Amino acid sequence: MSQLPKPDPQALRAKYPDVFERPASARLATPLMLLAAFAVLAFGLFDLGFSPSRLVSGLRELGWITLMMIPPDPGSSLPTYLSALGETLSIALLGTTLAACMALPVSLLAARNIIPSAIFRFPVRRFLDSIRGVDTLIWALVWINVVGLGPFAGVLAIAVSDFGAFGKLFSEAIEAADKKQVEGIRASGGSTLHEIRFGLLPQVLPVIAGQVLYYIESNTRSATIIGIVGAGGIGLQLAEQIRVLEWQKVSFLILMILIAVAVIDWISTKLRFAIIGQRAVA
Amino acid sequence: MATGVSILPAQQLAALNDAYRKAVARKRLKTMMAGAVFFGALVVAGIGAEVNLRTLFTYFGNFVSYFDRILTLDSGQRVWTDVGEWFWGWQKWLKLLAETILISYVGTLIGAVFAFALNFFTAQNTSPGPWLRFIVRRLLEFARTVPGIVFALVFVIAFGLGPMAGVLAIAVHSTGALGKLFSEIVENADMKPVEGIRSTGASWLSCMRFAVLPQVSAGYASYALLRFEINVREASVMGFVGAGGIGQELVVAIRKFYYSDVSAILVTIIVTVFVIDITTGWLRAKLFGKEARA
Repeated sequence: MSQLPKPDPQALRAKYPDVFERPASARLATPLMLLAAFAVLAFGLFDLGFSPSRLVSGLRELGWITLMMIPPDPGSSLPTYLSALGETLSIALLGTTLAACMALPVSLLAARNIIPSAIFRFPVRRFLDSIRGVDTLIWALVWINVVGLGPFAGVLAIAVSDFGAFGKLFSEAIEAADKKQVEGIRASGGSTLHEIRFGLLPQVLPVIAGQVLYYIESNTRSATIIGIVGAGGIGLQLAEQIRVLEWQKVSFLILMILIAVAVIDWISTKLRFAIIGQRAVA
Repeated sequence: MATGVSILPAQQLAALNDAYRKAVARKRLKTMMAGAVFFGALVVAGIGAEVNLRTLFTYFGNFVSYFDRILTLDSGQRVWTDVGEWFWGWQKWLKLLAETILISYVGTLIGAVFAFALNFFTAQNTSPGPWLRFIVRRLLEFARTVPGIVFALVFVIAFGLGPMAGVLAIAVHSTGALGKLFSEIVENADMKPVEGIRSTGASWLSCMRFAVLPQVSAGYASYALLRFEINVREASVMGFVGAGGIGQELVVAIRKFYYSDVSAILVTIIVTVFVIDITTGWLRAKLFGKEARA
């Protein structure tokens, strides 16, 4: 083996000054930023009433709760829980579909390539943003005031809050669509509606279908929690059992939710691939 | 019409047309069947969720008038005619809002630290062993799938009412969500620097520190910022179950029909979410710019 010549540090230093002598601002930026972040963290922990003794006693309590959760056991209320789960899935499916139906026309109004005028687009976008800024649980509370307690309020809450999200996502999908096909329709004498129907929708629909499926999946999760404020579904049961400290039932319900979400996840992944495959063939 | 440009003989054209119709008909049938199945599922779901269109039509006016009511002061005037009266509790609300933001900040940071500590174990290319990877993965999946507010419900009982339960709930949920995203970044990282460092005889820890971390840190920061934005929304409802923040005030206002308070608090939350959206969006654009330059 031949020996490599020993590198001369002095020469290297002279050759690459920006590696060896970085300015102080560049060297200190990351540590200072981290320091600031953790200083705010420390202030937050103090301000929010964290204390080691509370943490330890809380963790001990949590350990107890976990022990009491084993084994999961529904008692005699299994049929109730199954129907509540069905209710939750129904809420997710209906709410998402309703939201998608409402969002499609509005998203056309928010897309740059359909409505070129910013004055008209801007209010539509801000309107969608403000709907998205309000959490699903808050919408659920509002709808309970309107149509009363029950799963129907949950459907409407999911529909409204997803309407904001879909409006944004769909309009982005429309903006990303290829212009050439639209121009082709226009060149053959199609009207604006023809352009949208034959030039835009065939490109956009598979993307939208994929997003809707993904949202059905994520709404299964949201639908489990809106029950906590009284809008039906399995969340209602869960909140009740937690309040009366029936931990075995709680763990059973959580297991049910996990399994349901996993199953929906699996189905929607299969369907999504089927749709994308169809698109590649078409 | 299109007949003007036809250049094929009629017989050939008819055969082609036939084949085309057949191909389209098969596709149409498939689409229609899928549509029918979907519609059937909707009907079943409609029965399951006790959808009653009559209720909706009877009470839809209520929904519209609800917004009318929350935009009206007790004196019967529109809220924006007297902003001082509308935001009468702004001092209290701003304090609670600050608490909400602090809850999501602390929760996100704790979650990010845990996700950071765990993600090298779960990424396929850096994990020290398949068993460890499997266990940590399942743990993260659990933390991610159980909704944050369910954790909050349990933590309120274990740690007592107050923001501490909210922070911990957000931290657990963020650990799950960020752990997955972080490990995906690591899986996309270039492995050549790792080999280079390992060839010098470095330990696993040094490999992670000097080969993987410089590649992934900008992505980490970006995802953590995105999570912070989501968590602000989540923290605004933590108060519904007694876990601190502005949600407590909101739920009281909604349940007790303090109409103008509802709109005032909602406006406060929406404006805050906007500001945080824009700020984190700007920060993330800067971070990604930095990554592209390096």
